[in-house]
Amino acid sequence: MLLERLSTAFGPPGQEDEVREILRQEITPHVDKIWTDALGNLLAEKRGSVQGAPRVLLAAHMDEVALMVTHIDKNGYLRFRTMGGIDQRVLVSKLVLVGPQKVPGVIGSKAIHLLTPEEREKAFHLRDLYIDIGAGTREEAEALVSIGDGVVFNSSFCHLGDGRVRGKALDDRVGCSALVEILQRRYPVTLVAAFTVQEEVGLRGGRVVAFGEEIDLALVLEATTAFDVPDSKPHETVTCLGQGPALTIMDSTLIADPNLLTILRETALEQGIPYQLRRTGGGGTDGGAIHLTEGGVPTAVLAVPCRYLHSPASVIELNDYRHLVDLTDAFLAKFMERRTKLG
Amino acid sequence: MKNILQRLIQAFGPSGREEEIRSVLREELAGSGLELKTDVLGNLIATKAGRGGRLMIAAHMDEIGLLVTHIDDKGFLRFTPIGGQDPKNLLGSRVIFANGIMGTIGGEKIKDAKEFKLEKLYIDIGATAAAEAKELVAIGSMAVFVPHFTCQGNRIIGKSLDNRAGCALLLAVIRDLPPVDYQIDFVFSVQEEVGLRGARTAAYHLEPHLALAVDVTRTGDTPESGPMAVELGGGPAIKVKDTSLISHPRVRGLLEKAAKERDIPFQLEVLLRGGTDAGSIHLSRAGVPSGVISIPTRYVHSPAEMIDYRDLTRAATLLSAFMQQDQLFMAP
Repeated sequence: MLLERLSTAFGPPGQEDEVREILRQEITPHVDKIWTDALGNLLAEKRGSVQGAPRVLLAAHMDEVALMVTHIDKNGYLRFRTMGGIDQRVLVSKLVLVGPQKVPGVIGSKAIHLLTPEEREKAFHLRDLYIDIGAGTREEAEALVSIGDGVVFNSSFCHLGDGRVRGKALDDRVGCSALVEILQRRYPVTLVAAFTVQEEVGLRGGRVVAFGEEIDLALVLEATTAFDVPDSKPHETVTCLGQGPALTIMDSTLIADPNLLTILRETALEQGIPYQLRRTGGGGTDGGAIHLTEGGVPTAVLAVPCRYLHSPASVIELNDYRHLVDLTDAFLAKFMERRTKLG
Repeated sequence: MKNILQRLIQAFGPSGREEEIRSVLREELAGSGLELKTDVLGNLIATKAGRGGRLMIAAHMDEIGLLVTHIDDKGFLRFTPIGGQDPKNLLGSRVIFANGIMGTIGGEKIKDAKEFKLEKLYIDIGATAAAEAKELVAIGSMAVFVPHFTCQGNRIIGKSLDNRAGCALLLAVIRDLPPVDYQIDFVFSVQEEVGLRGARTAAYHLEPHLALAVDVTRTGDTPESGPMAVELGGGPAIKVKDTSLISHPRVRGLLEKAAKERDIPFQLEVLLRGGTDAGSIHLSRAGVPSGVISIPTRYVHSPAEMIDYRDLTRAATLLSAFMQQDQLFMAP
């Protein structure tokens, strides 16, 4: 399963090479043109079947939240900082992979026997944590890793229950996987696919992908928070697993184009594809950067609801993923007719 | 200008849903002789063609609002803010949706003032069940403060004076456009309240050589207010800096010169927190020398903002005088 390969691939912000290589191999047979830009975004063009049809940018980010090695001490322990929104409290005792060679390690801290009663009440802070890769000296560690190496969670990908999967980096490897599926078909519209870098550290790759490409509209394929868990109140769920892809009305970076939203919702209704509206004004995606490119780009976001986002183990429902692909597919197939109807 | 301002205030226009305010502005601009255009994000651009340079003047037409995120079993609505909303201002306020449905904002019982956050508030539209509420509004519906407009002496109290006052000012200047040769693009911008977004794409598209934003600013003249050397009735403010912009010294200088030549009282404004469209315009492409004319306003982002009408008329005179300055554009 492509999603599994993508989920377990190594792709901290700025170090997306492994993810990019998988995607390049997957899409090369299906696109008319493929290139990597100066920041490392993987771009591809697939011409539409209709001459002069709109150019649609489809974006998904390749990077994942991660850590970066910032110091190697004389005993071979690694100190680190976070890249992107990682909850420090989840880090202790996690298995990790360091650097492109994927050197295994564990995030260490004081063991429970040694904690004072007050310390047991508090979460570990970044300064209390370190990565242990089994090295005994700085030299030993430096033979395996170096300062600046990205660090990702060492999480297996597995099927949970009936039709759900668990893995790291589902944000946004689900979007990458969906975009690969979309690129296998030809549509009336021309597709410009952008697998972006550095989304998790500030929508950076997304800021440049639409530039100079004469994009008429953009769809961002993402993963978004699902908070349908014990103790959340009904108005706090944001999205729920199993209710279909979530459409964004507004987040902290983008107010989705109302016409695109209408077309997406009408398409979903007509095709019988379930969808839900994302019920928060927070968060952000590459859409925030893309819609402000040049003179402006009408932009919408479709996202797979995802529990425990940015943690070592996120959970999605595969049907939501499938319906995101279906809705994107139907949107692209019918866009030109629907746009005409809209006037 | 009061009548126009009153009309603009009546129009619905939270960030991203500026259709109604845009169509009111379009009507007001119909006889102006300017070329009107709505761009991709919804900015309304009124252009006076000309030669020798391009001046962009922006006033945002959007207002802060609320977005419905949840409708509960009993028909109460939860919401997320659109732009900078203060829970203190919201509790007890009346809001209105695009379709005219009104609601009042209530709050959960809280034990500690520190818990008093937006998440504790809800909109009550008088519905008794979810189904009834869903016939009136939907998740994604947007609401704004209920419009009102009061003139009392020189003062005006109203909702969304931020920035319908700036829009009214631009309309007044357009009605009495000074005879200049260069091109002027008046931009009634969208989505300023959520991050100066509309002005950013408009500036890219228009490629101005010089830009001004017209917006409101805070004052420091109320009881125990934070320090700020701007007061109501002291004349328009010429911005020195805010969080988004350090005004271009040349533009600021030309504004001060214009004010002095015409004996227009003015104040220099240093705003500690906040920004305007000029913040995104001045960073467009290779950079645009930019400045701001501000209308001193009390209780910004509350349901009842207050300005002094004389500041508004003097700001219009100042803008007009600025437009007639010699050598507005820097020599190439």
